[in-house]
Amino acid sequence: MATQHSRAAARLMISPAVLLLLGWMIVPLSMTLYFSFLRYNLLMPGMEEFTGWTNYRFFLTDPAFFAALTNTLLLVGGVLLITVIGGTLLALLLDQPFWGQGIVRIMVIAPFFVMPTVSALVWKNMFMNPVNGLFGHAAHWLGLEPYDFLSQAPLMSIIGIVSWQWLPFATLILLTALQSLDQEQLEAAEMDGAGAVQRFGYIMLPHLARAITVVILIQTIFLLSIFAEILVTTNGGPGTASTNLTYLIYMQSLLQFDVGGGSAGGVIAIILANIVAIFLMRMIGKNLDA
Amino acid sequence: MARAATTQRKAIVTVAAWIVGIAIFFPILWIVILSFKSEGDAIRTPLEVLRAQWTLESYTTVQERSNYLRHFWNSVVLSVGSTLIGLIIAVPAAWAMAFVPGKRTKDVLMWMLSTKMLPPVGVLVPIYLIFRDLGLLDSRVGLVIVLTLINLPIIIWMLYTYFREIPGEILEAARMDGATLRDEILYVLTPMAVPGIASTLLLNIILAWNEAFWTLNLTAAKAAPLTAFIASYSSPEGLFYAKLSAASTMAIAPILIMGWFSQKQLVRGLTFGAVK
Amino acid sequence: MGRITLDQVTKSFGEVNVIPPLDLTIEDGEFVVFVGPSGCGKSTLLRLIAGLEDVSSGQIRIDGADATDMPPARRGLAMVFQSYALYPHMSVRKNIAFPMKMAGVPEDEQKRRIDSAAKALNLTDYLDRRPGQLSGGQRQRVAIGRAIVREPQAFLFDEPLSNLDAALRVNMRLEIMELHKSLATTMIYVTHDQVEAMTMADKIVVLRAGNIEQVGSPLELYREPRNEFVASFIGSPKMNLIRGEVARTYGAQSIGIRPEHIAVSTDEGLWHGTVGVAEHLGSDTFVHVHGHGMGSEPLTVRVDGELPVRHGDRIFLTPDTEKLHRFDAQGLRL
Repeated sequence: MATQHSRAAARLMISPAVLLLLGWMIVPLSMTLYFSFLRYNLLMPGMEEFTGWTNYRFFLTDPAFFAALTNTLLLVGGVLLITVIGGTLLALLLDQPFWGQGIVRIMVIAPFFVMPTVSALVWKNMFMNPVNGLFGHAAHWLGLEPYDFLSQAPLMSIIGIVSWQWLPFATLILLTALQSLDQEQLEAAEMDGAGAVQRFGYIMLPHLARAITVVILIQTIFLLSIFAEILVTTNGGPGTASTNLTYLIYMQSLLQFDVGGGSAGGVIAIILANIVAIFLMRMIGKNLDA
Repeated sequence: MARAATTQRKAIVTVAAWIVGIAIFFPILWIVILSFKSEGDAIRTPLEVLRAQWTLESYTTVQERSNYLRHFWNSVVLSVGSTLIGLIIAVPAAWAMAFVPGKRTKDVLMWMLSTKMLPPVGVLVPIYLIFRDLGLLDSRVGLVIVLTLINLPIIIWMLYTYFREIPGEILEAARMDGATLRDEILYVLTPMAVPGIASTLLLNIILAWNEAFWTLNLTAAKAAPLTAFIASYSSPEGLFYAKLSAASTMAIAPILIMGWFSQKQLVRGLTFGAVK
Repeated sequence: MGRITLDQVTKSFGEVNVIPPLDLTIEDGEFVVFVGPSGCGKSTLLRLIAGLEDVSSGQIRIDGADATDMPPARRGLAMVFQSYALYPHMSVRKNIAFPMKMAGVPEDEQKRRIDSAAKALNLTDYLDRRPGQLSGGQRQRVAIGRAIVREPQAFLFDEPLSNLDAALRVNMRLEIMELHKSLATTMIYVTHDQVEAMTMADKIVVLRAGNIEQVGSPLELYREPRNEFVASFIGSPKMNLIRGEVARTYGAQSIGIRPEHIAVSTDEGLWHGTVGVAEHLGSDTFVHVHGHGMGSEPLTVRVDGELPVRHGDRIFLTPDTEKLHRFDAQGLRL
């Protein structure tokens, strides 16, 4: 409800944001789409020509694509599993009254603020390094053979590192959701004879369902684009053992200078991300009406 | 739980929570400890590390060898600059959507959000080429532009959810009192929204500070912020644990402090208002 | 100086027509109350006058000048909102000063007006507090203070008392009436509470679905409601409406008789019935009587507080035919 005057002002005030985002979206997107149909290598300037679906065919039939796709799904799925289950348990724990709540809460959230390159390098060197890392020292102390995490289980190690970064996010959101639960509901359930497990299953979990969905969707968006962690730990290797889709496209475009192939991969990544985005947007959109 | 728990139960929870909390926090604690040790001591066994002499030498060598402060300054310029520019663009937009909602406001909001969901790698090639042709590669200006654009949807969304909590009647009262649109936003809306604007500012500085896709791909040496500088430790020569720790500690300390201040607002910002 | 004229004003939101063509004149210095059930368009009408909404067609004139396209600030009107709409980040003094600051009133003049408004409204001790530290009644006074200092052509009140508790509401009602007497400025007051309308207004505008049902002084509306809607909306307790056989004996589709215009007797009368619930207020008692052959709705009758009536008593009722209202099939007064 407003007047003509304020509506005109509103249009004027919103237009810079809209135009900028529109430009940011349309210009590169259409270029990616255009490049994906070209044979275009930065090492061979002036040789660009239209090749139809060739880039897509090459990209999709490249064995590295399947490895990267599998790795992407494992990475996203593994991190989600750890962070959602771990986050729920942690949230339940931190929701109880105990001494030093504020400090523990701060310690639990902290990893989320650590920049990806730092956390990846710290885990790689200070913990997972078989010679000087803490895990190596621990194995030595226990009389075990040190385990070279990043070369023997590269993907699992990266899942571990990324989970450490995202566990605080899941915990924080689930804790917030838990604290918004009406205490009287729990007390009513208790009066009705529900035990702790039943209260969790019938009252808390349904209440958390929405927050869990939000955690899953938002993390998926970010996890699909994991890049820095791979770059500084394994460079995608050994072989393609820890290459995800983002990293594969990065290698194709900026290391092999194959703009056409990289662009085709980019289009595929966009399509995959959009599938997730549609679900997320629907959830957020529903919330907007409330 | 609203009820007073028994002391025994509280004690058990306390122990469990502290163990988990320290375990999660430990890697950060460990690099802080290592940063105050000499390189030779930093790779010893944990107990020896703790017993070793405390020293500030890593902090001085990091600065001397790599001009650390320049990268730190780059990080400050990129994160603060992109956030401030973002706010200047976002405050009017959020005002418009929160107080003059139209039929398409919701669609516009959702569309803005959708640009955030675009995987960056999908537009890496064109942005790289555009930057190369415009001479923006490895420049702070170029990165400020990119960081502003990628965080703009979040800034608008956060401000929008805060503005929506301000009763429209107050702005109408200002209009009746003779305030122009500029007066209304400057003297009434902005002061009332200070807490919301402040937490938006904090969260976006954090996000921009830690951004590690564009900063790694679009910078080399000159404009590299800390994310990219630290990445250069991935192929180190010689002993470097203490120096890496010192560099990392300085890189995460300011953001950890900001993060702790903004933790209450974090959830709302990161979930686009879907969880409060 | 505050004559406000609405000429064929309409308002629609998209397809929905909230105000059909409407004409209304508010004379200078009048206290006019817009009253009606929620959703009747009374607040929209006020906002159209304020300039917070555009009219879809028609013309609004203030003191003869066309104000239809004027922004709110230039209309010289002050508004008191339901939520008071105080600026939470400013002290009471700054709140009251804000409109003057916007208008560029000199500092010393600002101070003089603030002091006199604060004195009139008992706010002198609170000038340096924030709105959050004040009670509901005090906030209300600040909102009024902010309106007064502008020295407007007219005051607009949008349900200003609905957030106050009952006792405070009666007090504020008196204060606003006092204010009107002393300022003699036009006031337009929106409420859904007919008691407020009756006690405060010089002129009441009864609205339903954007239409003006009747305009008149409180007693005109009480004595000669134009239709069934006004008849049952004005007056407390509500007027009894009786249809069917009984109404036909008076040559009408329905008849209305107010609770205070029915005489009660234990042995004789025109109608008879059984006592249902009796509400004892002390001074009066409202007796709900199930009349025989008069439909399922009980009749409300106001009797003396001392009259002993009990549930189930048989009772006789006689309406005062002088004060009986007759309505036709369209609900219009005959």
